[in-house]
Amino acid sequence: MRWVLERRLERSAGIALVSPLIAIALTLVTMAVLFTLLGKNPLTALAVYFVDPLMDSYSLQEIGVKSTPLVMIAVGLSLCYIANVWNIGAEGQFLIGAVAGSWIAVRTHGSDAGLWVLPAMLATGAAAGAAYALIPAICKVRFGASEILSSLMLVYVADLLLDYLVRGPWRDPNGLNFPTTADFDAAATVPTLIEGGRLHMGALIALLVVAIATILLRNTLKGFEIRLVGAAPKAARFAGFNADQMVLFTFAVSGALAGLAGIIEVAGPIGHLQPGFSPGYGFTAIIVAFLGRLHPVGILIAGLFLALTFIGGEEAQISLKVPLDLTKVFQGILLFYVLACDSLILYRIRFVSSHRRPADGIA
Amino acid sequence: MGLLEAIILSVLAASTPLLLAAAGELVTERAGVLNLGVEGMMIMGAACGFAGAYLTGSTLLGAGVGITAGTAMSAIFAALTLGLAVNQVATGLALTILGIGLSGLIGAGFVGDRIVGAPHLHIPLLTDTPLIGRVLFGQDAFVYASVALVIAIWWFLHRTRAGLILRAIGDNHASAHALGYPVLKIRTLAVLFGGACAGLGGAYLPLAYTPFFIPGMTAGRGWIALALVVFASWRPMRLVVGAYLFGAVTILQLHAQGAGLGIPSQLMSSLPYLATVLVLVVISRARGTAGSAAPASLGAAFVPDR
Repeated sequence: MRWVLERRLERSAGIALVSPLIAIALTLVTMAVLFTLLGKNPLTALAVYFVDPLMDSYSLQEIGVKSTPLVMIAVGLSLCYIANVWNIGAEGQFLIGAVAGSWIAVRTHGSDAGLWVLPAMLATGAAAGAAYALIPAICKVRFGASEILSSLMLVYVADLLLDYLVRGPWRDPNGLNFPTTADFDAAATVPTLIEGGRLHMGALIALLVVAIATILLRNTLKGFEIRLVGAAPKAARFAGFNADQMVLFTFAVSGALAGLAGIIEVAGPIGHLQPGFSPGYGFTAIIVAFLGRLHPVGILIAGLFLALTFIGGEEAQISLKVPLDLTKVFQGILLFYVLACDSLILYRIRFVSSHRRPADGIA
Repeated sequence: MGLLEAIILSVLAASTPLLLAAAGELVTERAGVLNLGVEGMMIMGAACGFAGAYLTGSTLLGAGVGITAGTAMSAIFAALTLGLAVNQVATGLALTILGIGLSGLIGAGFVGDRIVGAPHLHIPLLTDTPLIGRVLFGQDAFVYASVALVIAIWWFLHRTRAGLILRAIGDNHASAHALGYPVLKIRTLAVLFGGACAGLGGAYLPLAYTPFFIPGMTAGRGWIALALVVFASWRPMRLVVGAYLFGAVTILQLHAQGAGLGIPSQLMSSLPYLATVLVLVVISRARGTAGSAAPASLGAAFVPDR
């Protein structure tokens, strides 16, 4: 037995809708097998991962907190991927946004600087993220260098820059030699939505980003251009759309969103700059973008789901004593299933006996 | 042993994993498949290779386990991109994410364990020749294997009929299919070969480079290997030059850090990554006028029309 792919006459709308659900179901089955191999009761383990975090208010808020950067970054990346532009260095743009915004927080620390500090930090973070993303974009447009490889290389560079700053010039002198900046002042902190809660204003910004992206893609010429350049580059060229400008535009927007997410993360839930503050949000956001079918609203739902896996993974590490890396395994498997199921939107699988060549069947 | 000899030896050691992984990826890409999951296959080769060597006490078996792990990872990639015509870029990323997670899971039980590193060749008199003795006759088997592998790949791609068919499939899969060549079958073999090489390159790190495993120890080498294939313009012999250049950058920045020049160590550590971007720019720019050297069908899914 072997299988061949048959192109469908048109996209299957039904499968487009259910494919993320099939992918999640297949992932849960695979995870159950993995848990069994690790010697855990699969049902209890899955409950710890996916149900327990929904049961108390702290975890529920935490899902909102963790999905905020995921959704913001993934919306930006989806614009790139729709236009067939491959920014995979969002993690670096996220870190650079955090670093650049923190610069203002570090410089104004202990001063009586007023309300302008936080907006300036957010604007700086977004601008720095966009500038950092434009490096691979310009290398691509100007010299034809693969944006995939150069954007990824810059993730390592951003990580090392962050490491240098918090171990060197920006280290908190009263921080007992820990590599971290001093805690940000109140004026440099993203306020929480509820007094004493965890959920912060960043969540509202993420929702705003989703709304704007939805309108951009559905109702504007720019949105049409993004979709056309990705789906039919030749037609886009005839229509007078410039593919190079599209690379610059999508990289700048996705970099700005990643940078903004970065500074919101350190000025919000974390409160200071430290190495390793990101559990790989920039990479997980790639999965979020695909699981959300590159649609802003889908990304919002996918972001909440993947945030759940981060929290479930932490709970499972404590209560089940399974390694934290299991969360990454889970995310990788999920992306495989999402991509595989997406293939069924365009193709139908037909099984054929291995003796007959498929070409013999139809004249 | 003089300083120069020590530096050359460490450059060779640092280059070998890059050369092994890049050689495999070159064959994969020549068949028209872009597998971005090299980093994931390498780290799986490292974790499984170390586990194998630690449990059996044999470097050779460890290397075999590493190769198997890399091949298994690439089989997942082949099933998705060739069997289901899924986007190759996204699948490669998924492979990397999965590989980093799985290797952490597998390697967690082995962190802190040590093994005896791969033995080095020793031929009396020859190995003891000053300056070049250790460089030519005192390496571990991986180093010789990597050079032999590249030569074999060159011979296969450019001197055999099978290699010609593989290149034809990479340059125009529709024509190759029309001529009756089994496009998907040959691509599958090329992907599996790439996975085996990446697994071996990854296994080199804990088996010979450092005799222990740490999570994430490939540190972007898989991505640098991908850039090396571009640097080499998809030609096997140029890979050797590229890999040794990158090994040299890695080792020289380590020595500069050790010398205490007052330059932040993080800046030195970022040099290999910055060099990669720079090389990509220079190579792509130089090629701009002459047309791309990349296989014409690289990265495009192939679904036979009937």
